[in-house]
Amino acid sequence: MSVEIGIENPFQPEAARIVRQYDLIKDHRFFQVRFLDVKRAMSFTYNPGQFLMLSLPGVGEAPFSISSTPSRPGILEMGVRKVGKLTEVLFTKSDNDIIYIRGPYGNGFRLDQMRGKDLIIVAGGLGVIPLRSILYYVLDNRDDFGQLFFLYGARRPDEILFQTEFFQLKDRRDIECFYTVDKVDGGNWTENVGVVTTLFKNLPRLDPLKLNAVVCGPPVMYKFVIKELLNLKIPKNQIQLSLERKMKCGVGKCGHCALDNLYTCTSGPVFTYWDTIHFRELI
Amino acid sequence: MRIIKMYKKFLEPFLECLGQFGRLYAPVRKNGVLTYGPIESISEAVFSDEHPLIPIKKLFHPMKFDMFRFGESGFQPDYSMVEKRVIIGVHPCEIHSLLRLDDVFMADPPDPYYSQLRHNSAILGFSCMPTENSLCTSTGTDIVEEGYDLFFIDLDQFYLVWVGSSLGHDMILCHDEFFEDEVTHEDIAKYVAWREKRNLAFKKSFAFRNMPDLMELSYNSEIWEQFGKKCLSCGQCSMVCPTCNCYDTTDVLDVSNKVSGRRERMWDSCMFVDYSLVAGGHNFRATRADRLKLWYTHKLKTFGKEYGRPSCVGCGRCVDTCPVDINVLTVSQALSAREVPK
Repeated sequence: MSVEIGIENPFQPEAARIVRQYDLIKDHRFFQVRFLDVKRAMSFTYNPGQFLMLSLPGVGEAPFSISSTPSRPGILEMGVRKVGKLTEVLFTKSDNDIIYIRGPYGNGFRLDQMRGKDLIIVAGGLGVIPLRSILYYVLDNRDDFGQLFFLYGARRPDEILFQTEFFQLKDRRDIECFYTVDKVDGGNWTENVGVVTTLFKNLPRLDPLKLNAVVCGPPVMYKFVIKELLNLKIPKNQIQLSLERKMKCGVGKCGHCALDNLYTCTSGPVFTYWDTIHFRELI
Repeated sequence: MRIIKMYKKFLEPFLECLGQFGRLYAPVRKNGVLTYGPIESISEAVFSDEHPLIPIKKLFHPMKFDMFRFGESGFQPDYSMVEKRVIIGVHPCEIHSLLRLDDVFMADPPDPYYSQLRHNSAILGFSCMPTENSLCTSTGTDIVEEGYDLFFIDLDQFYLVWVGSSLGHDMILCHDEFFEDEVTHEDIAKYVAWREKRNLAFKKSFAFRNMPDLMELSYNSEIWEQFGKKCLSCGQCSMVCPTCNCYDTTDVLDVSNKVSGRRERMWDSCMFVDYSLVAGGHNFRATRADRLKLWYTHKLKTFGKEYGRPSCVGCGRCVDTCPVDINVLTVSQALSAREVPK
């Protein structure tokens, strides 16, 4: 007996065109994509901090952070590191090639509690990719937020992502940017040297109750950054962390991203430090 | 709820007539193993107290199926496995397991594959007596109050039949003459005696209601390391567990064509080492102890925090099948007594 299926398929990948792509640094590439369907492209909206599932037919599907801001609609941007089968094939794609995406998934940063307050963005390495979304969102809606501080650390000068555009931000008066690298081997690096926590000394005295922080970086970084943020007396629920987990579905079904009683894909990937303080295997 | 009575001689002709509601499925014996499968006639069905080795989840969350076909025009969903079905001979713990799977797969947005299989399947529950490792009185899943269309309680000469849905009611109508509305005092006494006999027949139990707290208190216990040393990471516990729902997806290209193929979905297990591996090689649960702890914490504690009750339904399959005796009984005993059973 055949049956009629009349419901939405949340796993349905949708075709998108690669508008532009270029290498950020070795093995890290920037992709601008746009849904083939023009209406879909213009109506697609998301929050900074959300992610997409990207499919290449025959290769598979994996989650990627959105790196663009919803304040600039029509185009989606991602920064991708070549680390596996899917990304290896993705890196062979050219402008105008078709890929498949679905989303947006996850909760994103809590913009409501951040409006009108000061904000510190702390990025480590590849963690800057989702944070670029909130960074530009705040800059595009500058009057809605207080003071803005952007702290970004990478291992070496040639591993700073989006170096040109981020260094240009230093000329703006509505944001304070601090960059650091763990190690310099020659070259003309004029910024700080040391781990990302060494940038905190540059911050002025701030009212912790009016302050939010968003953090994304390698697992090892969180513990040390949280310690610095707690030193600033920021309440634990005003520290937001974007976490990485393996995901196959994006909508709380496949189980891979289970974190205690929550799924990272639906309750995260952004958690406040307070949310996560009792998670046993957080970072 | 309507409860009616049917003499045993009518069972087979009644079930045969249900073919008009969909393809019949029941536990059948294949190569000596009891398993859910389609049947051509009711005589193939095996109605017993024994649990099929692989739980009923396989009919709703199949071990492996195609989610999509893909080609040059993109991804097309493949719903070809969805058909009208009548599943006969489902024990209470299995019905409870489907209610737990509903919590996950029917939550917004519903999984279209699971939800379509669910909407197109009738469930005919059958009562059972506990087997060697049944733990369903511990988990409170030996009785069902929802989740079936009809439920048959076997009282020797006759069945008491619970009508659980409008579809179940329609099924009764196809042989109305087999059923009697009048249930006598004597019948009720038989039912009460059956409940008492069954309650006394359980051989094993564990402190299910203590487990969420005990899990929390035992997070750093060395017990996990000791179990981790024994565990083979074979994933069998996940395969036989009726509430394990994790899956993985893989794209498979057609042999003759480089652009067309299918996206398969298949069962996965958090016991496998690459389960929580992320890009760049960081593994959130690299050790067996970590993964065992995740499995048992999820079954006995955290699922309940999210969905109202823990997900173990006490079927005892992990007790039956783990080759190194790691199961809800040994784990709960070890956490209570602070000692891993030899």
